[in-house]
Amino acid sequence: QHRHLLELLKRTAVHGESNSALIIGPRGSGKTALLNHVLKELTEMKQVRGNLLEFFMENHFLSGLLQTNDKVALKEITRQLHLENVVGDKVFGSFAENLAFLLEALRKGDRTSSCPVLFILDEFDLFVHHKNQTLLYNLFDISQSAQTPVTVIGLTCRQDILELLEKRVKSRFSHRQIYLMNSFDFKQYIRIFKEQLSLPADFPDESFAQKWNNNVQHLSEDKTVQDVLQNLFHCTKDLRSLHLLLMLAVSNVTVHHPLITALDLHEASKQYRTDSKANIVHGLSVLEICLIIAMKHLNDVYEGEPFNFQMVYNEFQKFIQRKAHCMYNFEKPVVMKAFEHLLQLELVKPIERPSVRAQREYLLMRLLLDNNQIMDALQAYPNCPTDVKQWAASSLSWL
Amino acid sequence: MSTRQQSKIIYSWYGKPMSSDRKLRTFQYKGILIKSERSKTETCIQLGEFILVEGENADQPFVAQLLDLYEDGVQQKHAVVQWFSHITEIPQNKRKLLKREVSPQEVFFDQVPGYDTDIAVETIIKSVMVIPLHLGEELPIPLSKEQTFYVKQSWDGKCFKALSPDTFSKLKEANKKGGGIPKSSNSFIPLDIISPLKKETERVVRSATKPKNVELEIESKHSASKSSLAKERHSQRVANSIKTPTARKKLQLNSPTRSPKGRIPGCEVLELLDDDCDAVAPLEPSATKRKVKFTGILGSPPKIPCANDKSKSMFDTADQWQRFSDTIRLSPYSKVKDSSEKAKNLNMKDDTISLIGHQELHSQSPALTPRSRRICAQKTSARIAEQISILNTLESNQEEDFLSSSDSSYSSSSEEEEKDDVFCTPEKKTKSSGIFSTPKSSRKSSVHTPAKTLKKTPLPGTPKTPRNATPEIPRRNHEAQKPASILEEARLRLHVSAIPESLPCREEEFQDIYNFVESKLIDGTGGCMYISGVPGTGKTATVHEVIHCLQQAAENDDLPSFQFVEINGMKLTDPHQAYVQILELLTGQKVTATHAAALLAKLFNTPGPKRKTTVLIVDELDLLWTRKQNVMYNLFDWPTQKHSKLIILAIANTMDLPERIMMNRVASRLGLTRMSFQPYTYKQLQQIISSRLNSMKAFEEDAIQLVSRKVAALSGDARRCLDICRRATEICEFASQKRTPEIVRMAHITEAIDEMFSSPYINAIRNASLHEQIFLKAILAEFRRAGVEEATVQQVYHQHVALCRIEGMQSPTVSEIMAICLRLGACRLLLVESSNKYLHMRVRLNISQDDVMYALKDE
Repeated sequence: QHRHLLELLKRTAVHGESNSALIIGPRGSGKTALLNHVLKELTEMKQVRGNLLEFFMENHFLSGLLQTNDKVALKEITRQLHLENVVGDKVFGSFAENLAFLLEALRKGDRTSSCPVLFILDEFDLFVHHKNQTLLYNLFDISQSAQTPVTVIGLTCRQDILELLEKRVKSRFSHRQIYLMNSFDFKQYIRIFKEQLSLPADFPDESFAQKWNNNVQHLSEDKTVQDVLQNLFHCTKDLRSLHLLLMLAVSNVTVHHPLITALDLHEASKQYRTDSKANIVHGLSVLEICLIIAMKHLNDVYEGEPFNFQMVYNEFQKFIQRKAHCMYNFEKPVVMKAFEHLLQLELVKPIERPSVRAQREYLLMRLLLDNNQIMDALQAYPNCPTDVKQWAASSLSWL
Repeated sequence: MSTRQQSKIIYSWYGKPMSSDRKLRTFQYKGILIKSERSKTETCIQLGEFILVEGENADQPFVAQLLDLYEDGVQQKHAVVQWFSHITEIPQNKRKLLKREVSPQEVFFDQVPGYDTDIAVETIIKSVMVIPLHLGEELPIPLSKEQTFYVKQSWDGKCFKALSPDTFSKLKEANKKGGGIPKSSNSFIPLDIISPLKKETERVVRSATKPKNVELEIESKHSASKSSLAKERHSQRVANSIKTPTARKKLQLNSPTRSPKGRIPGCEVLELLDDDCDAVAPLEPSATKRKVKFTGILGSPPKIPCANDKSKSMFDTADQWQRFSDTIRLSPYSKVKDSSEKAKNLNMKDDTISLIGHQELHSQSPALTPRSRRICAQKTSARIAEQISILNTLESNQEEDFLSSSDSSYSSSSEEEEKDDVFCTPEKKTKSSGIFSTPKSSRKSSVHTPAKTLKKTPLPGTPKTPRNATPEIPRRNHEAQKPASILEEARLRLHVSAIPESLPCREEEFQDIYNFVESKLIDGTGGCMYISGVPGTGKTATVHEVIHCLQQAAENDDLPSFQFVEINGMKLTDPHQAYVQILELLTGQKVTATHAAALLAKLFNTPGPKRKTTVLIVDELDLLWTRKQNVMYNLFDWPTQKHSKLIILAIANTMDLPERIMMNRVASRLGLTRMSFQPYTYKQLQQIISSRLNSMKAFEEDAIQLVSRKVAALSGDARRCLDICRRATEICEFASQKRTPEIVRMAHITEAIDEMFSSPYINAIRNASLHEQIFLKAILAEFRRAGVEEATVQQVYHQHVALCRIEGMQSPTVSEIMAICLRLGACRLLLVESSNKYLHMRVRLNISQDDVMYALKDE
C-alpha cells in the first residue's frame, strides 16, 4: 500500500501524470499517517536528487469537516494555491467567479510545464454530500484531461464510498482504492505495545532508559498485562485506543514510582473500560435508585414499552406501602423532582419532544439502562438499603 | 449606451420618396432624419454616407455605407448597406494574411457574401467618415477616436485585396459628398457637443491627405471654427471654469514656496521630469522640430477644453495659435543642446513654471497619441504646416495681445524645450512650450499642483486588483520526465487525458453529428440536438472532435465560419450562471445572470446584421434543471427564433431526459433530433485500446481482450477500461522490477481488475477485531430470533453477552458495545441511527447476511 501510493505520487511529480485515488480504512488504521509518511519520503527523495524538485508539489489539504460546502472548499483551494485573486489571506469574489477562475487557472497548464498539484481531501465522504458534487466532478475531470497535472487523494473510513459518488463523477474517478486494514495479530500487537512504550536510544539518561526498557520487556511477558492487552485487542484493533490506555498507565509514573507495573496497566484498563452510564448511577440518591428500580420492573412487566411518571410513581408507592419501615414516604413533588434529575442525566429519555399540551406526569419515557447495568451498579452502590436491593433483585413473583 | 439613446431617438424620412416599387410596395428615400429627443438635435443622413450600425457589443458598432433607404409595405424602414469590417471582426487566423499592423481606425471594404446587407433603420447610430486610401499610404493622424475610419483593402472572407480603382473612386466620391453635407448639417444639427470639433479636425486631416482640397477645407474649417466651434468651446469653458479656480489658487500658493529655494528646485525639477518621463510610456526618440510643431497644433484642439479663461470666446483659438508661434520662435534655441547653459538662464520663477508646466504634461500624458500616429504625423507634417501657416496669418491678429509678455519666458521655455529634447517626447515639448508662451501661468486651467500630481501618479507598489488577476498555476521549475520504458510509454498513452489520433468506434455518431451541424451551418439556421449515453462512452470527445473538424473546414473556407461556445452544467454553480458563461464566451462581457439573460435574448431574437452562427455545446444538461425550467426553455427557444443562427448540442446521460424532467414546452422545443451513444461492446473497447497503444508491444492480445470483456460486461465505460490497463502496467512494472521488463499478461490484468472491483466488505470484516466480529454474529442471531432485519442495540447486547459466555470470554460493558457499534457504523458495515438514542438505537446490516456469514465462517 505504501509502495503503491508512493509510486502514484512520484509519477505525478516526475511525469506530470494526473491521478486519483482513495484511501479507505476504518478509523485509526493510519490513513493520514501513511499519507504523511509518503509525502515526507517524497520530499526527501527530491532533495536527494539535488534539490531539483523543491517546492515542487503544492499540497492541498482539505478536510471535509472544515470545508462544509463547495464554496468554502473552493476558497480554501484558491488560498492555498496562492492564486492571484488572493489578497492577503482572503479570497474575494462570488462562488461562481471563484469556480470559473480556478478552472481557468487549472486549464491553462499542461502536462509538461506546469507544476503538479496534489489535492488531499480528508473525510472524503463529506465532500460527497455537497450539492451536485461539483467540486469532485471538477477535480476528477481535471485529473482526466490534459490540463494541469493533479492528483486527487481522498481519505475516508466508509467502505461504501463509491456508491455515494454520482455516476458521472464515478466514471471520472480512476477507481484506485487503497484499503488499509489493521490486519496484525496479537503477537504483532504485543510488539507494537513494546515499541510504543520503549524509550528511544538517544534518551539522555541511559541507565534509566535501560531499566525502563527492561521493565517494558518484562511487562510484555507478564500474564496480567497480556490479559489486559488481549481484552483490548479483542475489543478493538485501533492503535489509538492502545495509546490511550498506555497514556493512562504512564501518567501514573512519578519520581517515587518510576516504572510501570502490571497493576498500573490493570487499573488503567479498568478505568478505560468503565461503563459511563453505570458510573452515573453510583452517584444517585436512594430515592432516585428506587425510581430506576421501579422503571426496571415496569420494563419487565410491559416488555420494554414506554412508561410515564405516573406509572413509576405508582410502582414506587406500592414498594413504600409494603416496606414502609425503612423508607420515608416522599411527597409526590419531591419524587417528581428526583425524576426530573434522572431526565437531566439522560438516564431516562422522552420518546417524543415535550409538547405544551401534555402534562409532564404523562409524558412517555424510556429507560436508557439495561437490567445488567442496574444490577451491577447496585452491587457497587455504597450503603444501599437491603430492602431496596431485595426489591431490585425480586422478580415478578411478589406482585 | 446605444440602447439608452435608442429609446429617445425618432427616425423619420428626409424628403419625399424618390421612387417607389409598386410590386414590392416599397418607397425609396434619399435620406433619413435622426431626431434625438434628449439633446434636441437632428441629424440628416443621406445615401452614400457612412454610418455606424449597432452591433452585438455596444462598445463596438459596425461601420457601413448607406446604399439605399426604403420603406416596405408594413411601414418598416429599411436600409441597404455596404459593410466595412473591423479588424476584430476578421477571424484571428486570417489576420495574419495582412502581414502588417492594423490600427483600430482602419476598416476593410467587406465583400463577404454571407452577411445580410438589409438592416433596420433603427440600428443606425450616427454618421461617420470613411476615407479611402491607397495601400501604400500611411494612415493620417486620426484625431477623433470613433468618427473617422480609413479603408485600404477589401475583405471577401478569404483574402485581402487592394481596393479596386472603381470602388476607390466611388468611396471617394461618397466621401466628398459626405464632406460637403456636414457644412449644412453641422451648422444646424450638432450631433453632440464635441462633434463639430471633431468634424473640423477630420477635415484638417483629410485636407492633409488630399492637397487638392486644401483651400476648400481651410475655408470650411475657418467657418466652423468661427461659428459653432467657438460657441461650443465657450460652453465647455464655462463648465471647466468651475473646476479650475482651486487649481489656480494652489498654483499661486505654490510658486512662492518654491521660489526661495533657488537652484535646488531646478535640479528637483529635472529629477521630477526624469521620473515622470520614465513613468510615461516610452516614446520614440529623434523627433524632428517640424513634427513638434505639427503635433502641437494638431494635438491642441482636443485639449482645448482643458484651457480655461473667462475672457472672450475666441481666446482659446488664439491660445492655440500662440503656442504655435512660440514653437516657431523657439526653434533656434532648441538646437542648443548644452544643458549647463540653460541652467544659467534659469531663474527661480522659471523653475516653478517649468515644474508646473511639467505637471501639466504629466496630467495630460494619459492622452498620449500612440506611436503610429506620430509616425504618420511626420509624413504629413509638411502639408499640415503649410496649411497652418495660412490659418495662422488669418488669425494672428487676434493673438497679438497675448504674445506681449512672452519674451520674458523665452529663456525658460527654451530650457524646457531642451529638457524635453533630452526626453525626446515631441508632444510634451509642444505642450510645455505652449504653456510658456502664455506668460501668466495662472491662466492654465489644468495645471495641477505638484502635490496633487504626485498623489495621482500610481505607486509602483500598489497591489494588483483581484479582477485583473490572471488565473495561472505556477510553472514547474523542472521539466517533466520523458517516459523511459515501454510500459511507461504505454501508460502515458492509456491515460484518459491523452488525446488519441482518432476516435475509433464512433464513426457513425461522428458522421451524424457532423452532418447535422454542417447542414445547419450552411443553411444559416438554428437547431438542437440531444445526445445521450452512459458515462464514458465518448459523447463529449466525439462532439469536440466534430467541432474540431468543422473549425478546420471553416478555416479552409469549406464552411462559413462560426463561433463555438461550450458550457458544462457541472462547472456552473447555479443553472442561471449558464447565461453569464455564454455571454462571456461570446462577447467577453461580465454581467449578472439576469442581465446576461436579457442580453442574450436580445442577441438571439433580434435580426443581427452580420452575425456568425454560434455552436453551443451544453454538457451535463440535466444539471441546468430548475423548477421553472426557464434556463432550459430559453436555451432551446433561441434556436427556434428566426434570426438566432444558434446550434445547440445538448449532452446528458439519460436517454429519456426530455420526457422525464422537462416540461412539455421545453421538450417540444428540444425537437426530435436525438442520438444515443450505446455503451461500447468488448470488440470496440479492444479496438480503442489497440488504437491507443498504436502497435506498441506492451500488452498481450489476450490481456486486452480480457479487459474489454470484463468492462463491457459491467458498464462499457471506456474510462474504466483505460484505468484498468494503466493499473495493470503498474503491477507489471512492479513485478518485473528485478527481471527484464516484460509485457502485460493476463495475470496482471486479473490482479488489476480484482483490485478495482473487489468488494471491500468481506476483507474489512475479516480484519475486524474479535468483539466486532462477535457483535456482527450477535446481530445475525438477533435477526434470526426476531425475524426482522432490524434490531436495537439493547437486543444485540444481550445476544452479544450470551455469545461471549459461550466463548468463555469476558463480556464487554455497554459503553464498549456502543463504541464497537459506532465504529462498525462509521465503516458503513452497519447502518445505525444517530447515537443519542443510546441503547434504543436501531441497527441494520449494510451488507447481506450471507456475506457476513461467509466472512465469519473462515475464522
